[in-house]
Amino acid sequence: MSKRIDVSDLNIYYGDFLAVEGVSMAIEPRSVTAFIGPSGCGKSTFLRSLNRMHEVIPGARVEGKVVMDGQDLYGSDIDPVDVRRTVGMVFQRPNPFPTMSIAENVLAGARLNSKRMRRSEADDLVESSLQGANLWNEVKDRLDRPGAGLSGGQQQRLCIARAIAVKPQVLLMDEPCSALDPISTLAIEDLIQQLKSDYTIVIVTHNMQQASRVSDMTAFFNIAGTGKPGKLIEMSDTASIFSNPSQKATEDYVSGRFG
Amino acid sequence: MTQLTSPQRPAVGLGTTRHLPSWAPYAALAVSAAFAGAVLALAGFSTAGWLVLTAVVFVVLLVAASRAVEGPRKATDRFVTSLVVGAFLLALIPLISVAWTVISNGAARFDVEFFTYSMRGIVGEGGGAAHAIAGTLIITGITTLISVPVGILTAVYLVEYGRGGVAQTITFLVDVMTGIPSIVAGLFAFALFTLILGPQARLGIMGSVALCVLMIPVVVRATEEILRLVPHELREASYALGVPKWRTIVKVVLRTSVAGIATGVTLAIARVIGETAPLLVTVGLTTAINYNPFEGRMATLPTFAWFSYAAPSLPVEASLDRAWTAALVLVILVMLFNLIARIVSRAFSPKTR
Ligand SMILES: Nc1ncnc2c1ncn2[C@@H]1O[C@H](COP(=O)(O)OP(=O)(O)OP(=O)(O)O)[C@@H](O)[C@H]1O
Ligand SMILES: [Mg+2]
Repeated sequence: MSKRIDVSDLNIYYGDFLAVEGVSMAIEPRSVTAFIGPSGCGKSTFLRSLNRMHEVIPGARVEGKVVMDGQDLYGSDIDPVDVRRTVGMVFQRPNPFPTMSIAENVLAGARLNSKRMRRSEADDLVESSLQGANLWNEVKDRLDRPGAGLSGGQQQRLCIARAIAVKPQVLLMDEPCSALDPISTLAIEDLIQQLKSDYTIVIVTHNMQQASRVSDMTAFFNIAGTGKPGKLIEMSDTASIFSNPSQKATEDYVSGRFG
Repeated sequence: MTQLTSPQRPAVGLGTTRHLPSWAPYAALAVSAAFAGAVLALAGFSTAGWLVLTAVVFVVLLVAASRAVEGPRKATDRFVTSLVVGAFLLALIPLISVAWTVISNGAARFDVEFFTYSMRGIVGEGGGAAHAIAGTLIITGITTLISVPVGILTAVYLVEYGRGGVAQTITFLVDVMTGIPSIVAGLFAFALFTLILGPQARLGIMGSVALCVLMIPVVVRATEEILRLVPHELREASYALGVPKWRTIVKVVLRTSVAGIATGVTLAIARVIGETAPLLVTVGLTTAINYNPFEGRMATLPTFAWFSYAAPSLPVEASLDRAWTAALVLVILVMLFNLIARIVSRAFSPKTR
């Protein structure tokens, strides 16, 4: 249940501002792909264009193709809502729904869509999703407490549980650990390793060690200067990006000689 | 001779500052009250003068003492604290005064008869305001039923969908509506129904339409503010789960802001429930209970109170008592709505534990 994504010649705009230019890449199923690059080079923008979250921003639009299993996600007959059900997303800052309990947060994808579900079915989904997000043991006794009452790291794993509860094929994560302590970070990295067997995972990170620890493929984005569009510089398996990149810019960046 | 460092304070380190004892403000208050009393006893006593003089002497005394003992920063703090407390007490005066006047004057007729009888066929003492209470509840209820959906939907449009010219125009019109004098709203409803039914028409629904003109902008404004407070991240979290926009608005945005909306709606109800002028020109006044807002005049608490006071029947005392009790009931109604809004807010507001 994981899918391959082929991006070809993607230009991403905010109004008239071209934020990301000419990106082509292939994202393999059942693998972890990491995006690295300096701040403002368009990693988040590109990630959000993979599940059509980009167009939620007024004036934002995309040119080019994102093909998943032979279907262009930006085709005129495709409903963005369906795309987002297939391609889930975890945000940089944990954002559980403040009015919902832990269990309701996990079920949010189904509940918000008014899907009918038997009690036992719902309980099973809550348990399996929380197990999947490595959070079950910490919260199993307080599933009816508010989700916003958890610690930051727990909230982030709750958001992951919520994302995998809708059973997506692909999981996009935008700096999922940037607000977390090293222990929660490790928990989430372990989780990414486990999820990899079922999902296609794309993760944005500023942490080189993290990228080298968790990812199979790494893509380096860069930007020529403010106001210029971000571009994909190179993409390759993680080991070679970090040991012998083909581009000078990549080498400078991963060795910390950037800027 | 210039002194470079103050003698009490060591040049390095945190030092120890001296404090006024915690009873100092109370002592200062007592002293200034006594002083002001003594001065006014010589010059002719008046309560208002005494209070004002006490306040002035108190501030001067406390700030001077604080400056001498605690230094200028603390003295400024005490001065501003006094100003803030003073402003609070000042704001409290009309509130307490109104509450006291209404309760003490309205208590006389606050009895079962007042709530069960109308004024139909009543001459002299006795009678009640059942007809006015029913009228106020019906007219305000219909107003709320119309204004809340219209107001909330308008706010949703402005916050979630509105872009460019249309939204700006609506915002501008809502702003203009907020400033409409209530009598103009009444005349608008009167003119509207005159076109349809002729100038003799006096209906409960006319009053509701007039009040809607006053209530809708308040609801729109309050709801708009609250909806803008809902973090964009929550909407995105919902979209990312594959939830369509309209469901996101209903189940995440509105659900998260129910508490605030309830408060806003209550304030809007409180704004219109006491309106008198627009109801006088549209609904008129009557002495009997009329439950039908689509036929005939209706009594309402504000118009009832106004009429009983402005044109009392004999004996005048009984009429005035009824007016005061009507005012009291109105205040209690508003308080009840506030209470309900509080309960709703409590039940629906986001929690962390
Ligand atoms: N909502 C927006 N409207 C207009 N421009 C935006 C918006 N969000 C981002 N941008 C612009 O798009 C460019 C790419 O931003 P993006 O957030 O994708 O960078 P990023 O690589 O994720 O940076 P970071 O590592 O700091 O998160 C930046 O120049 C930014 O100013
Ligand atoms: Mg980013």
